[in-house]
Amino acid sequence: MCRLALKSANEPFSPYSVLTAMEAMKEGYDGSGLGLLLRGLEFEDFKYNPRFPVLSGIAHSKKAEYRLDEYMDANGYELKYDHRFAMRPGLIEAKDRFRYFLRAYRMPESYKEKSQEEREAKLLRTRIALRRIGEDNGDDLTVFSFYPDVAMIKEVGWPLQVGDALCLDDGQIKSRVCMAQGRQNTNYGINLYACHPFFIQGIATMTNGENTAFVPIRDWLLGRKLPGYMGYQSDSEVFAHILHYTLKELKLPLQAYKHIITPLSNTELDEHPQGEFLRGLRNVCKRLIIDGPNAVIGTLPDETCLLVMDQKKLRPATVGGRPGEWAIASEMCGVDALVPDRDPALDFQPMREHTVLIPPDRKELTIWSQLDPYPLPQAA
Amino acid sequence: MVSARSVSVTPSSLTYSDLPWIIEHREDRCTLCGRCTAICPKEAIYLGHFRQRIPKLDVFSTKRQTEYRTFTGIRQNTNMANSCIGCAMCEMICPNEAIAPHPNTSENRSLFYNNQKGEPYKRGGRRNVTGPTLLDRIMFDRISMLTDPALDAGRHEFNITTSLGRVLPPEEFLQKNMNGGWIPPTREIFPFVIGSMSFGALSPNMWLGLLQGVAYCNEVLGIPVVMCTGEGGCPPWVLRSPYLKYLILQIASGYFGWDEIIRAIPEMQCDPAAIEIKYGQGAKPGDGGLLMWFKVSELIARLRGVPEGVDLPSPPVHQTLYSIEESVMKMIQSLSMAFGHKVPVYPKISASTSAKSVLNNLVRNPYAAGLMIDGIDGGTGAAYDVSMAATGHPIASNVRECYLDLAKQGKQNEIPIFAAGGIGKNGNVAQNGMALIMLGASGVHIGKYVMQAAAGCLGNEKNRCNVCNVGICPKGITSQNPKLYRRLDPDLVAQRVADMFMSIRTEAKKIMAPLGRSQSLPVGMSDALGINDKAAAERLQIKYVC
Repeated sequence: MCRLALKSANEPFSPYSVLTAMEAMKEGYDGSGLGLLLRGLEFEDFKYNPRFPVLSGIAHSKKAEYRLDEYMDANGYELKYDHRFAMRPGLIEAKDRFRYFLRAYRMPESYKEKSQEEREAKLLRTRIALRRIGEDNGDDLTVFSFYPDVAMIKEVGWPLQVGDALCLDDGQIKSRVCMAQGRQNTNYGINLYACHPFFIQGIATMTNGENTAFVPIRDWLLGRKLPGYMGYQSDSEVFAHILHYTLKELKLPLQAYKHIITPLSNTELDEHPQGEFLRGLRNVCKRLIIDGPNAVIGTLPDETCLLVMDQKKLRPATVGGRPGEWAIASEMCGVDALVPDRDPALDFQPMREHTVLIPPDRKELTIWSQLDPYPLPQAA
Repeated sequence: MVSARSVSVTPSSLTYSDLPWIIEHREDRCTLCGRCTAICPKEAIYLGHFRQRIPKLDVFSTKRQTEYRTFTGIRQNTNMANSCIGCAMCEMICPNEAIAPHPNTSENRSLFYNNQKGEPYKRGGRRNVTGPTLLDRIMFDRISMLTDPALDAGRHEFNITTSLGRVLPPEEFLQKNMNGGWIPPTREIFPFVIGSMSFGALSPNMWLGLLQGVAYCNEVLGIPVVMCTGEGGCPPWVLRSPYLKYLILQIASGYFGWDEIIRAIPEMQCDPAAIEIKYGQGAKPGDGGLLMWFKVSELIARLRGVPEGVDLPSPPVHQTLYSIEESVMKMIQSLSMAFGHKVPVYPKISASTSAKSVLNNLVRNPYAAGLMIDGIDGGTGAAYDVSMAATGHPIASNVRECYLDLAKQGKQNEIPIFAAGGIGKNGNVAQNGMALIMLGASGVHIGKYVMQAAAGCLGNEKNRCNVCNVGICPKGITSQNPKLYRRLDPDLVAQRVADMFMSIRTEAKKIMAPLGRSQSLPVGMSDALGINDKAAAERLQIKYVC
């Protein structure tokens, strides 16, 4: 089984605490990869300005690192901070990891006055270009994310062992949000890019279960020909891209995500106050209907965290916590480990129609139902 | 040896063993009731009186020694006009199991005489190729086994519908929804559609039985089945009834029946499900419709606005058209307009190497609501044998090619492709249909299977029966002769239609559940398909399994 753990707290914490919570959930084999995504970053040795985009990835050789520097320099990015992990390389299964990097850059001068949208597009283009450079050179450069206030670490192996290898327990990095996933590869190969969470332009998701409708969804997303809709080494990558497509391309409110991936049935739509619009939306986004079984956990740039289920709700996930500190995990014992001092009676397991949000203020959970009125956009 | 003149032998002389079907009659069981000869649609058998010599050798007798007995027996006609078609109605009606036709396993010489008076062989039916089809050989092999259990076809909720109609790209939909633009109409329908069989090709009892069954599926069983009328319109009362919403009205090159339809528009209680413009048919591509004079009864003549008892050949192309581009411009748009842009209008073409270019034309036309492609294994009520047997393109690779082409343009959700031609030919209707859906079709049309399953059509791949063209259908399915079509009880046809769709729905669930799919039809889920034929796997871009 894949293990999922997310913690969101007002007070930054070490990602290692999330890894130990994952250990509590260990059951059977899921050592095909670990992915970590951190938001609301704090570095022990650097006062980080959250406007600086952070580039996360792995250089597999000195040459690759040199190529990376060369490209970033040529594109006008100014290196502000280069985080060095204290390493215990013996614990890493792969032998070709030259350097794990988390680097904060200042955007090129020319982007100072540009809109947020243009800046994000530039960051995406840069990430893809670096990924391509790696692919063109025998996969010697792997890039996970390039976005302000987001750091990502991915490695093949057992989650806790990877954490130990990178000495994540040393308190050098902390964050307000941490997503972690231990992966059991189902259909598609063991690969760094196949590790969850998946990230695109500030939007990240991670999943347990298997996306049985993967191929038709992938084919449709590829047909959008949008930059960044690529890769698909894992069937779960499409969840991040559907969320991105909903929010950034269609510019719909977050409520629409659930209506797109698991639309209501005809009888439910007949009763729904915005049934007509939602029926139309279901029709035009038909290829994005997921069939699960999956629990999808996501985070957004404003540190909102969300949890949704597929229609059949055949994969577990629970959310629980207290004001200021919340956790989402695939097993209840994971929530226990992440926020022990909470009232477990208030834990919530979403049903098929729910979207559960931990809002950025972290005061209380927001629970939307698809049966609630949908916020229709007003004509200009 | 006797002289040549004493035997009657002409170039076209045939005997029993030259015919495709040989009647075996057991005189020891026969009670001479005569029912078989009365029911034979071809008058292929007759009761005859025969005299048999009984030689007797008695040397001391003074009387004549040989005696004769006379008896009544059943014999088979050996001329082409009355040759047995193997329908086996004689066998069905015989109370004593005394008679049955058997396929002639030696060479069938009558094939060379099927052109009497210079008329090539015409018939109804199918292509007559036995054995499993390519679709029969496709396996669904992506079974959820590891972390995710297969679903329960009996207990989970399944959504087995598809969209018929043009679907906008999401961005355009939202923009039009906000600013009040025209959003093309779509229908949520069951992906197995009763394919176009005209009121004229089918008897009134068959056609109305089907409609009754379709209404039952929709209103009682909750299976949103639709059926296509074929060319020739439909009875005026149906056009003005609430059942019209279950009908796809077809317009073909003869425009038969459209006077009635156009006249009924102001009085329609609801919109039809869709309009199908027929440009081609899989069974006889490049050839028009053909309703032979035998079947142009008073009722049919009235509906079609023609005199009674004349051949009604529809031309191979729409005479007003110069090209498919023009057709897309003119016909689709005018028909869409005629129904207030509230009814999906889509063309039907025969599967062909040119299908992709038709599709690409449709993609650019905002009024085109889909494309229906009919493969070579499709059936027909009447066609030249050569068209049926040798002209056309198999459906699987044609649909796959078109789907992949749409996917390359990112438009696979916009123009639904419907497929037809040999689906359920060997009885595996749900398997064949779901295989085509996973290859990229949004749904399938079934015709022959419906005739066989719902009405007991006798046709098979060994050229059994296949006399739909001349109106002597022994089951009353394709006849306009009241004596024949009264054999068919429309209520029983309706009941069989309901049986059939309930069973297709269950089988579709049984196919989807192990794949872990239940929420949407697995259109284009080609990762679930495998075939034990390398060349076919490569062509269809699915897995080769062995």
